[in-house]
Amino acid sequence: MAELAAAGEQPEVLYWVGCAGSFDARAQKVARSFCALLDKAGISYAILGNEEKCTGDPARRAGNEFVFQMLALQNIEVLNLSQVTNIVATCPHCFNTLKNEYPALGGNYEVMHHTQYLQKLFSEGRLSVSGGAFKGIKITYHDSCYLGRVNGDYEAPRALIETLDADLIELKRSRSNGLCCGAGGAQMFKEDEVGDKRINEERVEEVLSVGAEVVGANCPWCITMLTDGLKAREKQDNVMVYDISELILRNI
Amino acid sequence: MGGRWKDVFLVAFGQKKMFKNVIPAVLHFLIYAAFLITQIEFIEIFIDGIFGSHRILAPFLGGFYTFMVGSIEVLSLLAFFATVAFLWRRNLLKLPRFTKTELDGWPRLDANFILFGEILLIAGIFAMNGADLVLQERLPDLYHSTGVLPVSKLLSFDFFSAMDTPTLQVLERIGWWSHVLVVFGFILYLPNSKHLHIFLAFPNVYFSKKTPRGEMANMPDIMNEVRSMLGLQGQEVTETVSDVLPVFGASDVKDLTGKNIMDAYSCTECGRCTAVCPANLTGKKLSPRKIMMDVRDRATEVVRYEALKNRAAAADNATDEAHKGDGKNLFNYISREEIRACTTCNACVEACPVLIDPLDIILQMRRYEVLTESVTAEAWTPMFTSLENQGCVWQVPQERTDWIKEQ
Repeated sequence: MAELAAAGEQPEVLYWVGCAGSFDARAQKVARSFCALLDKAGISYAILGNEEKCTGDPARRAGNEFVFQMLALQNIEVLNLSQVTNIVATCPHCFNTLKNEYPALGGNYEVMHHTQYLQKLFSEGRLSVSGGAFKGIKITYHDSCYLGRVNGDYEAPRALIETLDADLIELKRSRSNGLCCGAGGAQMFKEDEVGDKRINEERVEEVLSVGAEVVGANCPWCITMLTDGLKAREKQDNVMVYDISELILRNI
Repeated sequence: MGGRWKDVFLVAFGQKKMFKNVIPAVLHFLIYAAFLITQIEFIEIFIDGIFGSHRILAPFLGGFYTFMVGSIEVLSLLAFFATVAFLWRRNLLKLPRFTKTELDGWPRLDANFILFGEILLIAGIFAMNGADLVLQERLPDLYHSTGVLPVSKLLSFDFFSAMDTPTLQVLERIGWWSHVLVVFGFILYLPNSKHLHIFLAFPNVYFSKKTPRGEMANMPDIMNEVRSMLGLQGQEVTETVSDVLPVFGASDVKDLTGKNIMDAYSCTECGRCTAVCPANLTGKKLSPRKIMMDVRDRATEVVRYEALKNRAAAADNATDEAHKGDGKNLFNYISREEIRACTTCNACVEACPVLIDPLDIILQMRRYEVLTESVTAEAWTPMFTSLENQGCVWQVPQERTDWIKEQ
């Protein structure tokens, strides 16, 4: 982004990669497949690279406002200096914080989650499907809390799954009743409190009960949690967990 | 403004969010509708009680009176079945949300008390109307005609006809008095009961959060502090030197917002929040309902304690004592284990029919732990360190752009 800005150019959108997309091996694949889709659609985009920091979501939700402000204010400084106006994020937690929490700190941008952005590209005709790679495959969709319940978008990811021509089976707890994967509120970074089982196991049992072969997700933490849950039930070879962008890429 | 009144109309008055689960929603709505419409008859009962009249509105309203009291009868009969169904659901069906430990003792008794009160009230209405209908035929000068009251005419007319007139007159009075006593008793009982929601649901919905659900309240003091630390342009920071260490977040009810406290008193302990809480569903101690009950109980305790304190201070002039608290705070009610188990998934917020926000309280307590006490979950300390030093949730050896190359 800094290089483009220095050259006086503005990309169409800034892709916010996030910590998971930058460093987690599984989420890196999602980041690359999302970029491949942006390339296919002919979108000019940029990333902040080493100037990007965590949005601060896990710090704020764990209670550490000080660290949140440090991260957020530095990010906003960079974004504003680069005159960024449009952001797309592959993580619903980044998306939520950028969209809903940065304005109070002086950061005002048009922020979209990548499923919303991809849906926009489809409706504008900049992306279109070709192959029926998923015909007859049973796909279920796991609503992430921060795109779904928190930001009220249950439809964009489902519209994308519809383009796959697969059989979408809804989970028992979906949309506003969707069950958390267990990672939010910085739970991803600590052990669970004492209980009967882990939250991801509860969710995976539901996935297994509907007999899906593929789970579509829209959040790197959900993907980790669901994959771990499947491993705990020794079903990692029976059910695959993908980000929706990965599914779309295979069908184009 | 318009949005708030719309919410009051749809969510509080129309009970929109209850209808996520249709069976209890319909049952609840029947009791609610019967309760509302019965208040019209209560106006008459109140006037009759003061002036010694009997059904003073009957001659004035004529056919409309028959329609009104008839509607009350039909709704009361439906409310009777709904109340029995609620007693059954609560005590025999063992629904998970009614068997949690936070309901042990008084809360469970409170709920059953109200339901029995409702049955008593409905029985009173039917004793009063049923006896009256027979008495209207036997003593038309004393008992003005009400027209045909559907339930009393169809279901209990033969039953009451078999009784002699003095018995009916006594029964009619017993019905009338039980109606009066239950309603006044209920009003006195309400402030100490979860049933306060029948009033507080309305303002609580009106004052519910209108900023985005995903936005945690900003902390401007910390923002300005960090701004000046980072040397960023923006607001001017005025240096204030103080011996008192600042307190951030909430350790007690006085640190919470007025809305948090109203939430606590609006809670009727239905447990829809706890029933969808992922932490609670998987056996963790956290229960959003318990958070609300604890805040309410602590707020009541603080108010009672301070009232005692003030009385003692006024009597003895013992002013030093008056400044001290009772040595307790919210953490005596809510454990750290509970607040740390929350995934901030907002399921509790979404589930509440009267727009209570348990999550906001949990997050304010987490802020107190970290910012004021400097304690937190063990594994969160290294996360904070990585975030501070590297701007990433993990300690990472690579560059932030390395993911691009690994094709």
